[in-house]
Amino acid sequence: MEVCTPILSQAAGTDPSIEPLHTRYTGPRYPQGLDLFLQTSPEFAMKRLLAAGSGPIYQIAQVFRDGEYGSRHNPEFTLLEWYRPGLDHHGLMKEVADLVSACLGEEPGVEKISYVALFERKFGWNPLQARIRQLEDAAKMHGVETCNLERRDQWLDLLMSLVIEPTLGAQGLTFVYDYPASQASLARLSSEDGRIASRFELYYRGLELANGFHELTDAVEQRKRFEAENRQRQQHGLAQLPVDENLLEALESGLPDCAGVALGLDRLLMLQQGEAALDDVLTFSLKDA
Amino acid sequence: MATYSTNEFRGGLKLLLDGDPCVIIENEFVKPGKGQAFNRVKLRNLKTGRVLEKTFKSGESVEAADVIDRDLQYLYNDGEYWYFMDNDSFEQYQVDASAMGESAKWIKDQDICNVTLWNDAPILVEAPNFVVLEITDTDPGLKGDTSGGGGKPATLETGAVVRVPLFVQIGEKVKVDTRKGEYINRVKG
Repeated sequence: MEVCTPILSQAAGTDPSIEPLHTRYTGPRYPQGLDLFLQTSPEFAMKRLLAAGSGPIYQIAQVFRDGEYGSRHNPEFTLLEWYRPGLDHHGLMKEVADLVSACLGEEPGVEKISYVALFERKFGWNPLQARIRQLEDAAKMHGVETCNLERRDQWLDLLMSLVIEPTLGAQGLTFVYDYPASQASLARLSSEDGRIASRFELYYRGLELANGFHELTDAVEQRKRFEAENRQRQQHGLAQLPVDENLLEALESGLPDCAGVALGLDRLLMLQQGEAALDDVLTFSLKDA
Repeated sequence: MATYSTNEFRGGLKLLLDGDPCVIIENEFVKPGKGQAFNRVKLRNLKTGRVLEKTFKSGESVEAADVIDRDLQYLYNDGEYWYFMDNDSFEQYQVDASAMGESAKWIKDQDICNVTLWNDAPILVEAPNFVVLEITDTDPGLKGDTSGGGGKPATLETGAVVRVPLFVQIGEKVKVDTRKGEYINRVKG
């Protein structure tokens, strides 16, 4: 079922690496004004619908992220997001592959590789165990000169974005799955190995296209993650953000076991049209908006 | 100390990296959907001319380099240094061989050059893209050859050597592209 949820919300995602844009409403009901955030994805609202018994749902949504502009980023972009009750992340990967293949009008091969295996293949060490020193050395060896990274995940992001990603999906669709628990975001942790989260990403021709989860349904764990992220935000000097109590209430009432994914439609269009930059497929990007 | 945030990065911006002034050639914003954002930057070290790549965590600040470009007139060379003058302020600058680099072999007095000043000291001199120089030495050409095929080396009045067509003779003036070190054409007069 297609759904449509509000772009504006009183709450926001707390992920320290995703910064929402905000605005303010003043008028009837809120004469003193009400701070509102533009959605960075429609995830929270869609999970409220799932908890209310919607069944499988999808929507095409305009989403907004502050601080992101470049050849592959625009602060306003379009996501196709959908949820499948009863599926896990592996089941959903198959559906994503079918949809993307149909959109591209080709039959690219599909490769699936776990995050750990991907790093072992490229660097010869396990990203869950590697010392920061090894991560630094790997970056240097691949010609990435940098400094001032404090956390492991920053080093892993650096290696993923600058060394691995450009080579992913050269032969076909590449799904990377089972991310480190520290990068779980809204995915549940694996029931077999608590160091791993049931999250996946899709890459094609060096471009990140989609991110999906076997969704976390545990309200207590979700609240803990929000709070931990807000503490991280504080440490990084970022504003703490209001936690979505409506989502937590929905999780408490019971979110069905489900998998969900968000697919960047503008980037998919880029690939379909053979363009090199988002600017080439957006009507008007930030500089002309 | 002036600094620039990664959000201000763009081509042409001058930064101080590891003690050397550098200019940004390319700036690319890289970010995983969920995770740390980076700016991958291609820069030219203005002292050595070397191109390097460096990755910054987005939001970081980097020290600015006080670097400006100025058009200065070349005056003379005393055997060790080259001397230039700002024709507006009449201020003179002494330039050493490392800052002159390849440019030394293309310029003669009166030429206007683009000079990069770091903290008011010259670190890089660019010869004009095209210069006209007289040939002081070259083998005599074959009679009747006007095709220019083959070519021969010719020494110019500044000492530089370029390949010229066979018909070009000593005493003639030629136009040269200093960026490629290539002969363009003969110049009359």
